[in-house]
Amino acid sequence: MIELFFQYLVAGLTYGTIYASVGIGFNIIYNTTGIINFAQGEFVMLGGMTAVTLHAFLPLPLAILGAVLITMIIGGLIEVAFIRWLVKPSVLRMIVITIGISILIREGALAVWGEGVRSLPYFTGNEVSALSLGGVRVSPQVLWSIGVCTVIVVLLNLFFKFTMLGREMRACAANREAAALCGIPTRNIVTFSFVLSAGIGALAGCVVSPITYTQYNVGTGLAIKGFTVAILGGLGNSMAAVGAGFILGILESFSIWVLPTAYKDAISIAILLAMLFVRPSGLFGNKEAMKLKDF
Amino acid sequence: MRILKLIAVAACILALSVAPALAAGTIKIGAILAVTGPASFLGAPEAKTLEMMAEDINAKGGIEGKKVELVIKDSGGSPEKAVSFAKQLIDEDKVFAIIGPSTSGETMKIKDIAEQGKTILLSCAAAEAIVNPVAKYVFKTPQKDSDAVIRIFRQMKKMGITKIGVLSSNTGFGNAGKQQIEKLAPEHGIQIVLSEVYNSSATDLTAEVTKIKAAKVQAIVNWSIEPAQAIVIKNARQMGLTIPIFQSHGFGNIKYVQAAGAAADGVIFPAGRLLVADTLSDKNPQKKVLESYKKEYEAKYKEDVSTFGGHAYDAMKIMQQAIIATGVVDEEKVRTTIENMKGLVGTAGIFNFSPTDHNGLDANAFEMLTVKDGKFAVLEK
Repeated sequence: MIELFFQYLVAGLTYGTIYASVGIGFNIIYNTTGIINFAQGEFVMLGGMTAVTLHAFLPLPLAILGAVLITMIIGGLIEVAFIRWLVKPSVLRMIVITIGISILIREGALAVWGEGVRSLPYFTGNEVSALSLGGVRVSPQVLWSIGVCTVIVVLLNLFFKFTMLGREMRACAANREAAALCGIPTRNIVTFSFVLSAGIGALAGCVVSPITYTQYNVGTGLAIKGFTVAILGGLGNSMAAVGAGFILGILESFSIWVLPTAYKDAISIAILLAMLFVRPSGLFGNKEAMKLKDF
Repeated sequence: MRILKLIAVAACILALSVAPALAAGTIKIGAILAVTGPASFLGAPEAKTLEMMAEDINAKGGIEGKKVELVIKDSGGSPEKAVSFAKQLIDEDKVFAIIGPSTSGETMKIKDIAEQGKTILLSCAAAEAIVNPVAKYVFKTPQKDSDAVIRIFRQMKKMGITKIGVLSSNTGFGNAGKQQIEKLAPEHGIQIVLSEVYNSSATDLTAEVTKIKAAKVQAIVNWSIEPAQAIVIKNARQMGLTIPIFQSHGFGNIKYVQAAGAAADGVIFPAGRLLVADTLSDKNPQKKVLESYKKEYEAKYKEDVSTFGGHAYDAMKIMQQAIIATGVVDEEKVRTTIENMKGLVGTAGIFNFSPTDHNGLDANAFEMLTVKDGKFAVLEK
């Protein structure tokens, strides 16, 4: 019984890391532009796909690095092509644009890579290896994901708090006009936020690829869960997204213990809806600050 | 030089004016296939197979002296498009017969259209509902879901398995399989301890597998065509579950074996014999057909042959043999010939049609396969 409890907990942690690593990416663009980038899931997919392609002739770490860089460039190009030239776009317009971009990337990926399922090899061990912790077994890749997730969050926090560029991004988020008046190149900052979140999405895509597999249409599913945890934690707060990711993952996992598995996704959607109704600022968000934002 | 050009132009004009006259002597065969889109792993090899066969038939003088003219429509897997293409092929192109569609959903949508248009439809899709109840003009070439389940249950009996856990995805394919498993289990003495449905886009199934582990079953049966079928076996092995895992005939795609890597070893599933053509004994009646199709296809397209392309191969072959046997290109008469056709050796099995069976295959069309060192192999008895 106790062993079973921990096994479900491990399953929950696995789901949690997948959701969290996707969820973090949403926050960066939100922080500088105040919008949700619905193409975030596609960055995750692009990262995984590109890394698999590069891995054919490069060692794994280089392939991942290359994939992250390529996805960052694509993220930047997309911002320059579709968003940069817009004068004061409304939130709704930006949402429609990002949804359009996500469809575009997905169809592009289908044309380039086809519909086949791909995956990177396990970073340590293989498909069947697992660490046994007192009867509870966990795949080493889950530990890799948790590790990478933690590193990303810590680095992001340091970046936003202690570097000039990070502070400029936060200023841009707080009040774009005021930031522009202070001499901050707000347009470049927005471009950079797309580059950064594309990179983080791509890295997440590489790390979870051995667990979830990568396919041209995998982005949407991942983005919905990532979006859920970003909202649940409180938009704009990466640390909160990770916390919320684990909470959601564990809730889903334990729901399977007592309910038919078909209800798993219903649980997460119900939580998302309840959160949006009751506490739109998120579990760890600030109610007062939320009131000042349009979305 | 100038004269040569003139002759060339004249030849072209002549060819153009002759073309319609030639067309009158052709057999027009329509095909609705998911060449692109999410089901392109079905439709693309099917379209390629048909093109290859038509070329081959025409090079050998056609069927009964008439050339085959293929009209392939790409439905992208969408039932709505399939419907409009079916109407177009029947009403405007006035095709002799239609091969396809690739998916069960599309086929069910155009079943009535073919019936009303009195046009022979040879579906390449799996669902049993396509031929049950029987529609006069509708046939299908892939094996039936229920036969796949029967083969799995027979194998379980041999292995002494009576208590199983069932996982299926929430798609048409998953649901159809789950229904057949639940319907057929009692008569084979199999007890389903738990049956769980997961989302077809699931990214990890550790918790689902934990539930199965806790239920202490003797084997797992998984029914899906998504990447989830590779994820299931991976998660089960990571958790240290060593019980046998059975998959549906949807596992017959080497890409999933590659995706599951070491975890795929030992998975048992029913499939057509095309995947193991080279390991069959020479006495197997299908061996010749399978090997020649595989060789031809792989030489022409430089990619691995798949069972799905085989379904289109069988459809074209049935059509060709039926017209030859009938002796005239007459839809009604050819339909009757197909309905009474016996012993036609195809890639999916040996077809024995009858007025009550428009599929013509039985459980013997399946071979139980397993995965050995990342490759498909016949399961040793």
